[in-house]
Amino acid sequence: MLSSDRYSIFSVLAEALKGQTGWKPTWRKAAPKPSYDIVIVGGGGHGLATAYYLAKRYGNANVAVIEKGWIGSGNVGRNTTIVRSNYLLPGNIPFYETSMKLWEGLEQDLNYNAMVSQRGVLNLYHSDGQRDAYARRGNAMHLHGVDAELLDLNGVRAMYPWLNYDNARFPIKGGLLQRRGGTVRHDAVAWGYARGADRLGVDIIENAEVTGFRIDGGKIRGVETTRGFIGANKVGLAVAGNSSRVAAMAGLMLPIESHVLQAFVSEGIKPFIDGVVTFGAGHFYISQSDKGGLVFGGDIDGYNSYAQRGNLPVVEDVLEGGMALMPRIGRVRLLRSWGGIMDMSMDGSPIIDQTPVDGLYFNGGWCYGGFKATPASGLCFAHLIARDEPHEVAKAYRLDRFRTGHMIDEKGMGNQPNLH
Amino acid sequence: MRIKCPYCGERGNDEFSYLGDASVKRPDPSAADASDAFYAFAYERKNVAGPMQELWYHAAGCHAWLVVTRDTRTHEISDVKPAQDVALEQQKTASAP
Repeated sequence: MLSSDRYSIFSVLAEALKGQTGWKPTWRKAAPKPSYDIVIVGGGGHGLATAYYLAKRYGNANVAVIEKGWIGSGNVGRNTTIVRSNYLLPGNIPFYETSMKLWEGLEQDLNYNAMVSQRGVLNLYHSDGQRDAYARRGNAMHLHGVDAELLDLNGVRAMYPWLNYDNARFPIKGGLLQRRGGTVRHDAVAWGYARGADRLGVDIIENAEVTGFRIDGGKIRGVETTRGFIGANKVGLAVAGNSSRVAAMAGLMLPIESHVLQAFVSEGIKPFIDGVVTFGAGHFYISQSDKGGLVFGGDIDGYNSYAQRGNLPVVEDVLEGGMALMPRIGRVRLLRSWGGIMDMSMDGSPIIDQTPVDGLYFNGGWCYGGFKATPASGLCFAHLIARDEPHEVAKAYRLDRFRTGHMIDEKGMGNQPNLH
Repeated sequence: MRIKCPYCGERGNDEFSYLGDASVKRPDPSAADASDAFYAFAYERKNVAGPMQELWYHAAGCHAWLVVTRDTRTHEISDVKPAQDVALEQQKTASAP
């Protein structure tokens, strides 16, 4: 009998003949054991990817992922699904390019359809100064072996003839295109990593919220949860959005503020945006989902929040950005909007590092760019936890870089998290 | 979210710009631990989940700095005071014998 555990055309056909009775749950509903080698706090994309790579590449499957809600309920199911590696600074580019390469092989690795679609990410520029900045960014990408193309006006016109080219205030002058960028079905990433980790023996424990840490002589012993104490030699935190709250239970104060970022989806319409387009004169990014909905977003609201919902001024600002760029979407109806809570770090870049507590590891500060980082974040965090040394491409993401002056500030905004 | 400015009345939050936690205070540069204190001042934040005092600037109104007490879990605002009054009050408390 064919196993339905490995997804393929043969398992689909075999199940069609068996009345779809052989499918297994995507992951087990695990109950917590008394202890594990490693406990990952946070069952979002990053936590699940960490557990997967710990089991797959670092040979340790005695791992539990504990999640306060259900898998897919946090930011992994709330983002705008964009993946790209068009960064500027040396601390960032190799990391995000590692992530891009993992995205490219993800579905084969996980045996799961995550709908990875390299449809191209186009960042528009609207002035000579902005073109120079994008040329510099593209050159920095080339120096790190990443693809980038600087398009002039005709290049953009050929791709998107229906953009508003008559905007007197913010004329479109061209764009920086990363063809390998694109979108990935966000919640399928969570499900795929959860299934992959589960099949390798990782316990995924849902509805277990951390209420405290057991620390003994500066060494972590385990976590207190709403489903009881779980012992662990090593504990990794992957709880971006709530990093400060969770780290405070271990007595740590972080260089992070929590902010709300809103996202939007329209009613489903016929396909007309086949890539990802961003407006360079405001903050607006858009793509079209395979269901036909326009998926878009803009700036964070700009004030500290844990509320998972934002306010109307930012909604207005995002929609104005959209209308300035592509007036033809003006009569499309908005289906829903929602908010997610971001760890906004003090330099706009993430942290993957050890903490002052022995055996406690921290992964957070993803600002509003965490989704694209999911595979590399998981890989580098798994490397750090397994080997007690940073992964080659995540060496710059140190927790103490603010103290030593090694910030990675892509936007050059300084220590004002709501401006990154 | 609407903020009740003590000078202008209730206005939409788009009239204001946000600085952050109002409890963060510039440390004494001549103190022995000034290096650590300035690191904490510049980078470490309590990132409160609950009622938090924060600095807002009424940019499209009276240009006053305000100390707003707002619950970060619900966005409910319980108190708004001019930052100048709050600073004078704190000065008075600090210099009291």
